[in-house]
Amino acid sequence: MFSSKTEENNNLGGVVEHLVDIYRSMFTIRRFEQIASRQIVDEGIRGLLHSSEGQEAVAAGVCLALDQNDYLTSTHRGHGHAIGKGVDINLMMAEIFGKFGGANKGKGGSMHIADSTVGMLGANGIVGSSIPLACGAALKAKIMGTNQVAVSFFGDGATNQGVLHESMNLASIWKLPVIFVCENNLYAQSTPSDYSVSIENIADRAKGYSMPGEIVDGMDPLAVFDCAKNAVARAREGGGPTFIEAKTYRYRGHFLGDNPLRYRSDSEEFDWKKIDPVPRFRVFLLEEGGATIGELDDMELTINENIIRAVEFAKKSPLPSNEELERDVYDNYPKDQLNRTVSSRE
Amino acid sequence: MQLDIETPKSGRLLKYSQAQNEAIKQLMSKDDTIFVMGEDIVGAAGRSEQGFSDAWGNSARWTQGLYDLFGSARVLDTPISESAFVGAAIGAASVGMRPVVELMFIDFVGVCMDQILNNAAKTRYMLGGQLGVPLTLITRIGAGVGWGAQHSESIYSLLVHIPGIKVVAPSDAYTAKGLLNAAIMDNDPVVICDHKKLLDLESFVPETDYEVPIGKARVSRAGSDLTLVGISHMTNICLEAAEILQTFGIDVEVIDLLSLSPIDTDSIVESVSKTGRLVVVDEDNPRCGMASDIISSVVEKGFSLLRQAPKMVTAPHTPVPYSASLEDLYVPNSARVVSTIKDMLDD
Repeated sequence: MFSSKTEENNNLGGVVEHLVDIYRSMFTIRRFEQIASRQIVDEGIRGLLHSSEGQEAVAAGVCLALDQNDYLTSTHRGHGHAIGKGVDINLMMAEIFGKFGGANKGKGGSMHIADSTVGMLGANGIVGSSIPLACGAALKAKIMGTNQVAVSFFGDGATNQGVLHESMNLASIWKLPVIFVCENNLYAQSTPSDYSVSIENIADRAKGYSMPGEIVDGMDPLAVFDCAKNAVARAREGGGPTFIEAKTYRYRGHFLGDNPLRYRSDSEEFDWKKIDPVPRFRVFLLEEGGATIGELDDMELTINENIIRAVEFAKKSPLPSNEELERDVYDNYPKDQLNRTVSSRE
Repeated sequence: MQLDIETPKSGRLLKYSQAQNEAIKQLMSKDDTIFVMGEDIVGAAGRSEQGFSDAWGNSARWTQGLYDLFGSARVLDTPISESAFVGAAIGAASVGMRPVVELMFIDFVGVCMDQILNNAAKTRYMLGGQLGVPLTLITRIGAGVGWGAQHSESIYSLLVHIPGIKVVAPSDAYTAKGLLNAAIMDNDPVVICDHKKLLDLESFVPETDYEVPIGKARVSRAGSDLTLVGISHMTNICLEAAEILQTFGIDVEVIDLLSLSPIDTDSIVESVSKTGRLVVVDEDNPRCGMASDIISSVVEKGFSLLRQAPKMVTAPHTPVPYSASLEDLYVPNSARVVSTIKDMLDD
């Protein structure tokens, strides 16, 4: 059902843990985004939320191939990457709520969630903008000899930004330990990639920058994991960057509130939902992974409870104090030059 | 052509974005050098045959219905490639076209700043006047909607600083249509800053293709005690504050700047000559911004007219915070304007 090229996957004893990790990660991402989306509406939270529902296999598969001290940069659609990299869901939910207990003290929001303690350098609201940051993190690893790698996630839309091409060239000439992961979900907002991208397989663009361009089934977390693992190994060994194009699909609109049926057919959505990685992987775990229904039910229940607790954590967390408005702009700066209008604040 | 800066007191109500939509349709029908492009200005690009028409242009946006009227040659959805499509618009403009380009949020100016700074702004001058760039760049500004640090700026001062670029900021549907008409027919690059909170607001809008002149401010409320200058949505905040201040017996004159570059300093100085006091309200950050620019011009040209030191009410020198509680502190509101003015007059 799912493909895996690595030997250990033929050996159930060595595999189960990884398989369970993948499922736990995918299920957490799915439920986190569903519950966060509902909270935004129910609680009347002012903010944008971009759901990655449908793309969980890419985030889970790639992140499982990383160590905690590896680096990751992300996009506006970044909840899955953050969860995969190990960001605490309490901090993520509180950030979406705009609370002081959030990952970014409530100052960033859904689109900018970061936790540097687990190498999550941030989601980003400018398409393509975070890609060179991953090159920089990889450059640090190379200069300092830390053996870390950096992953940059981006979508098909970002592959039309000049900054991606400049970053790929830089990574290639300097043999940076960076993995470019393109989540090709077929749409940049409402624009189909078959309109906006000049080639069918975005991975082919890697040829122009002398790096491997891998195409992987982004609905198959094991295939993604294998592909990422090889790229990470190559990067750690000094082999330089790899470009991975994961073919995937987002089940929701561009943002919470966007109706995707304005630009794509329900039959197309239906076809992609038939290969939904989350329920499919559940069946795979039961049929071929040695898991029992009871075990998976328990895991799902625990995850659901954890997310509900994250919502409670977020609700209880205080709002940022007024002083937070002018904190963190600089490390060191004259305070009276930040708040020239504060005297007239009520 | 009708040239009037006052919003009519009667007639037909249109939303801001509907007024812009009417303007672009009227001008495109008359002048086939005008074309529009941007990210998802139509939506579902390449799929009109499958019935996905106006997938993103249909939410009362300024591009609504353009594709059906003018077709794929003149209404182009672009890849997410701001440098390329803004640069291409500058190139097309320099050889006789009048492109109207949407940059989704002014924050994205960072992506294509080289094209704006080094090509759009300098072509006419560097080339000794051989070529001009009649480009219109429509972009969105404004915080207060929870879209975070990278989708909420009002950093038009970056553009105002650049010689060769004109910048306008309409404040209602009437000025939105008139300034769009003027920008498109202007032979220089003009950036139009549309505040997110204005797009659904209605005002009376004539059906003619009138222009609101670039470079002129208008008096939105006459008063005698203090001159209050607003930009874009902040003009509405100023009018709100003026109503409140009236109840304290303070009679405020509100100037709606409309044009940031060129700027109508004369109208502001004329008002200050009557009131002797000046406060500028600006949602942009304070340093090297419109508020300090306006105050310095008035001090330079009319120092002796001022009875008190001018004040500015702006966003702080910080990025835009996400949390609603902080964002509401970030954006100037009428309460802050009122307390600033009361403090001044109590002195």
